[in-house]
Amino acid sequence: MTQAVPPILSVTPSRALVDEKFQVLVENLPPGCPVTLRSLHRSEDEDDWEAYGHYVSDHRGVVSVSEDLSFGGMYTGKEPMGLLWSMRPVPGSRKGLRLRKINVCTPMLVNISVHSGHEGFRDRTPLASALAERWYMAPGVKRIDINKQGVQGTLFIPPGPGPFPALLDMWGGGAGLLEYRSALLASRGYVSFSLDYLRSEHLSADVEFKYFETAFNIIRNHPQVIPDRVGILGSSLGSMVAFNLTAYSTIIKPRCIVCISSNHYHPPGTTLKAGFKILSNRTNDLSKINCPMLLVNGCDDQNWPTVETVARLLREGGKEHLLSRLAYPGAGHLIEPPFSPHFRATKFIILNSKEKVILLWGGHTKPHSDAQEDSWRKILSFLQLHLYHSPSVKANL
Amino acid sequence: MDRKQCCVKLSVQPSRGLMDEKFIVLVQNALPGSQLTIRALHQCEDGHSWEAFGHYTADTTGTINVSEDPSIRGTYSGVEQMGLLWSLRPIPGSKPGLRMRKKNIQTPMEVTISVYQGHQTEGFADLVPLSGVVVERWYMAPGVRRIPVTEGGLTATLFLPSGPGPFPGLLDLWGGGGQLVEYRAALLASHGFASMAIDYLTSKFTMETGKMVDNQYFETAYRVLQQHPQVCGSKIAMIGLSFGTSMTLKMAIYSEVIKLSAAVCISGSHVQPVEGSVEEIMGFFQKNAGKTRFNEKNEAIWRDLLLPIPTDPSLKADVGRLQCPLLLVVGEDDQNWPAQESALDIKEMMARAGNSHLLTVLSYPNAGHLIEPPYTPHARSSTFKTVEIQEKVMCLWGGQTVEHSRAQEDAWKKILVFLRENLYGGRNPTSFSHL
Repeated sequence: MTQAVPPILSVTPSRALVDEKFQVLVENLPPGCPVTLRSLHRSEDEDDWEAYGHYVSDHRGVVSVSEDLSFGGMYTGKEPMGLLWSMRPVPGSRKGLRLRKINVCTPMLVNISVHSGHEGFRDRTPLASALAERWYMAPGVKRIDINKQGVQGTLFIPPGPGPFPALLDMWGGGAGLLEYRSALLASRGYVSFSLDYLRSEHLSADVEFKYFETAFNIIRNHPQVIPDRVGILGSSLGSMVAFNLTAYSTIIKPRCIVCISSNHYHPPGTTLKAGFKILSNRTNDLSKINCPMLLVNGCDDQNWPTVETVARLLREGGKEHLLSRLAYPGAGHLIEPPFSPHFRATKFIILNSKEKVILLWGGHTKPHSDAQEDSWRKILSFLQLHLYHSPSVKANL
Repeated sequence: MDRKQCCVKLSVQPSRGLMDEKFIVLVQNALPGSQLTIRALHQCEDGHSWEAFGHYTADTTGTINVSEDPSIRGTYSGVEQMGLLWSLRPIPGSKPGLRMRKKNIQTPMEVTISVYQGHQTEGFADLVPLSGVVVERWYMAPGVRRIPVTEGGLTATLFLPSGPGPFPGLLDLWGGGGQLVEYRAALLASHGFASMAIDYLTSKFTMETGKMVDNQYFETAYRVLQQHPQVCGSKIAMIGLSFGTSMTLKMAIYSEVIKLSAAVCISGSHVQPVEGSVEEIMGFFQKNAGKTRFNEKNEAIWRDLLLPIPTDPSLKADVGRLQCPLLLVVGEDDQNWPAQESALDIKEMMARAGNSHLLTVLSYPNAGHLIEPPYTPHARSSTFKTVEIQEKVMCLWGGQTVEHSRAQEDAWKKILVFLRENLYGGRNPTSFSHL
């Protein structure tokens, strides 16, 4: 075998958490050589997802995805993480797919390869490839199934003795129990409880306000949790729950809340189904909220009308100083942890009717992905300030 | 007395890395000016516990960044980004003469890094840390394939990088202790070299017949590697440490079959009976066993066995006949082999023969014999058993920890660049900048 030695592709780090960046480098190419960098991932549902960018090597025969511009493909320009966030199902796939990891104990495997040329690159065997592992769980994070006092969900605990600040983590409808955000939050130092509250048996039993209060207290009373440093993070419907709990509960006092893609002031009853009893009689009175609040929204959110008068409502209630807002132009509804592929529309099963529809979530891929990266960093920084910040040096709010 | 701080945040980035990658250890949210101890704890495969620690003072923002701030004292001092790994040593009360070597390289080395209140030096097991994280250190990158090789009577393991290939090949040899040592080959495969770790002293063949292998064994390994569909047969190098150096030079110079593109010889010598078999070469060293010295701790010093460097050319591998680039790595405090004296003689021989343009010598003051991949804890001495001697001896390897650790880091980077240049034909590689 005396073939020429091929180019060298490296991905650094090769094992990382999903919110960490990596550097993709190709070396040993001829100078000025057109190549395509491609990512390929087989999901748990056995669908193939890919992204690619067209590059040209410099005079040293190097392509650096972090430094160089992509001339075309699924993304253009200087995009260090484009090979992840611009992923789409490969041509010929089923429609309306969404990429969400269910088993968070194993990493997401992404194969990164380099192919010669731009057009028709897929027809050619890759010149080189490397495998990257993307983890939701840092080493030492513990995953615990919770089924206690009628409350169900999954708890993630960071490594170390603790005690830790904690979060009650709630998603919206249409996906079952999602653990990956809580796993990632635990990897960032928070005990995080992904609460299961939208299963049909819960609804038929009329989800009570009490269910959420009990869940919050289970976290609060956990031996590795600092009881007065428990916050709530909710997205979509989960953020509605977060608002209501924070405003109306007399039992629980979250230290801060983060609401992603919420529509807290939408008139009750028009989009909410009968089973959502907890929400049907509330008027979403923001003036009752007494803790710092971070609202994250995409301005192109097609699923819920955008939040436009939050500041006014809070100001009226004298609570504007508690609010931080992040409103991202061009971003849609599903604001996920960074580098996740963007979904403008996906399949969705409406809870009560079991109807299968395609829901338009909105957003355009590039601004949406930028929003995911920026919002995650700001969410972590908000949580760090309010849940980790030492009381003895805390500035007066 | 500091009251116990709450919510001190410790992070290590990356939390999963290759053995030769750097990490950043960060403490945040501590009380400004507070005294803290950062400690690493690792339990190795044979159950022994190893620890390292540094004493720090949080700055005005309550932060400690191990890659920027100095450790005042501990198992390392000064600004030492990776001190928590390379200064690992057996916990007090451990058996003497331990050396850290991972056998199962398919699982990571797990290190628990914790931060404690105050400047602690002992009794960590009885203290509750303020915070702790787990870090994984891997010899194998994702996608690297481990393939046991028994073809042709070999006892070897091939590590293939991920991807279609073809890849340049590497034959990896360790020293007189024998066994099949895989970790360096696994790590080299993680950097794009199809690497075969070879057991040439305690192979299945030797254990069953009592006979030592000879040239043919190495030539078979070379052929198996060369003929592998994912190996570029015209680009094969050899890397040897200690007695492995003797084998590497022997094959590079005298084998009709093996045609190397490059050779790396660490902590070894060219002194050997020319055209001697493996057994004869071992026997030659044994003959001089009487020159063994012992230091005040009764640790065996074997460097004199090959000294003085002979003038008789039949006792030295003829390096003047080498046709491939040679990288020599030398610890100047090597107490086990006379690597420095040998390197000087090799240099002279090659100058006389006119091939010194092939030679590069990396010589490190105060580094010892065991020049391992970076951040491997330094063992100045450890219990050792060669295949010739039946009992364990406390062997003095040499080296001062700080300088030895720096040498490991520097040598490894240079070995990777050397292999890259000679096997991949690249210039100025940038992908090693994170190491």
